[in-house]
Amino acid sequence: MRNNITRRKFVALASSSVAIAGTPSWALTQVEARNLIDSLVAKINSVIGSGKPEATMIKELQGIFRRYADVQIMAQYALGVDGRRASASQKRAFGKAFEIYIARKYGKRFREFVGGKVEVKSSRKTKVGYEVKTTATLRGSAPFEVTFLVSSKSGKDLFFNMFIEGVNLLLTERTEIGALLDRNGGKIDKMIADLEKLADP
Amino acid sequence: MSLSSQVKRFTKNIVLLFCTVIVAGCATNSFGSGDAIYDPNEDRNRKVHAFNVSLDKKFVRPIATEYSSALPDVIEDSISNFASNLGQPSILVNSVLQGDLQGVSLSATRFLTNSILGVGGLFNTAEKLGLKEHDTDFGETLYKWGAEEGEYVELPLLGPATVRSTTGIIVDLLINPLSYAVSSPESYYGTLASTSAGLSARGRYTSTIDSILYESADSYAQARLIYLQNRRFSLGDRGSVLSADNPYSDPYEDPYAQ
Repeated sequence: MRNNITRRKFVALASSSVAIAGTPSWALTQVEARNLIDSLVAKINSVIGSGKPEATMIKELQGIFRRYADVQIMAQYALGVDGRRASASQKRAFGKAFEIYIARKYGKRFREFVGGKVEVKSSRKTKVGYEVKTTATLRGSAPFEVTFLVSSKSGKDLFFNMFIEGVNLLLTERTEIGALLDRNGGKIDKMIADLEKLADP
Repeated sequence: MSLSSQVKRFTKNIVLLFCTVIVAGCATNSFGSGDAIYDPNEDRNRKVHAFNVSLDKKFVRPIATEYSSALPDVIEDSISNFASNLGQPSILVNSVLQGDLQGVSLSATRFLTNSILGVGGLFNTAEKLGLKEHDTDFGETLYKWGAEEGEYVELPLLGPATVRSTTGIIVDLLINPLSYAVSSPESYYGTLASTSAGLSARGRYTSTIDSILYESADSYAQARLIYLQNRRFSLGDRGSVLSADNPYSDPYEDPYAQ
């Protein structure tokens, strides 16, 4: 698993694969990035327009989040600098708890799109992949921008960050995990237990 | 109300306005928005935050939930449309102050369209006709004029703000053309409508707001971060994207980096 290899090994691995392949194997085209978000948006739209019971919708939206997001890189970023002192098993436990927590949280957030629609507007290249901008139009409010950052560095085309009107998911979650750590006196195990409670109340 | 008393009120407010702008200018001189989060009064702000949260828990949230579920969506939307239409003249004034001609024409067209075709602003006809919505405030005017963001503040009742945006809120109250054109009690309709629109938004976005206020580990830090990012985004203030956290930096290179 990617999150089990040490950072030094990862850097070594990454640079050697670049050296061998010439072009990095994770090269993702703009069309692929756009297609990914198109398909994500289509899935979200079909769920929010389905008229199913709310609990079912939230479950389905969670599934969509798991399928399209690189949850493991999100977890690692959220743990931030504290990840350097975490053991391999702590990282694994954290990654597991984080996955449930984040899918539930953003699955719920997608719920507010019910009755509205999301459209892909534009895309452009960034340092690590592509940025795909979408517009969400919801009942009774001005359309707002939801931007996805897509990369294939994990080996699959996935989005690793999302901005809702400028609010950055990775940053928000790093603040959240940092606060959870503070609340638990900086103890990683206790923080994970706390996150597990948040993930499955 | 006689014309002369209206003029007197207006002059008085303009004088007040300049005093506020001068004070704000001095207050915001020494620090810039590039400093990511500048919150020297965190202790005081946290106390205000605790007050706001308890207020929300006891009054705002229950009332808003009740309001939002009791009223049919159509009526709720109409009230929100009415409030938003009353905000257009103020948006127009700020667009003029920013030299934003497109903004001036957008807000003027919107106000006229919704007031006339939208029956006094109850219907958002402009949107149905595909007119782009323009939103601005005096805080943005100050930003365009080069005023610094200033320190972060949490205001009682109103929530997260910066010194610059707070100055904007005060000035917007003073320069709103409608408060000079309309005398009481009609002028209270606007206040009532915007309060209702606020409740409506609180009710509609219950789960998002709840997740910030009640489900996050540190709701103060979370509200502050979200407000600052969103405010800078809406101002187009790209220069002060939280520096350590350039959203386009590559997390795959070193996710554990600071």
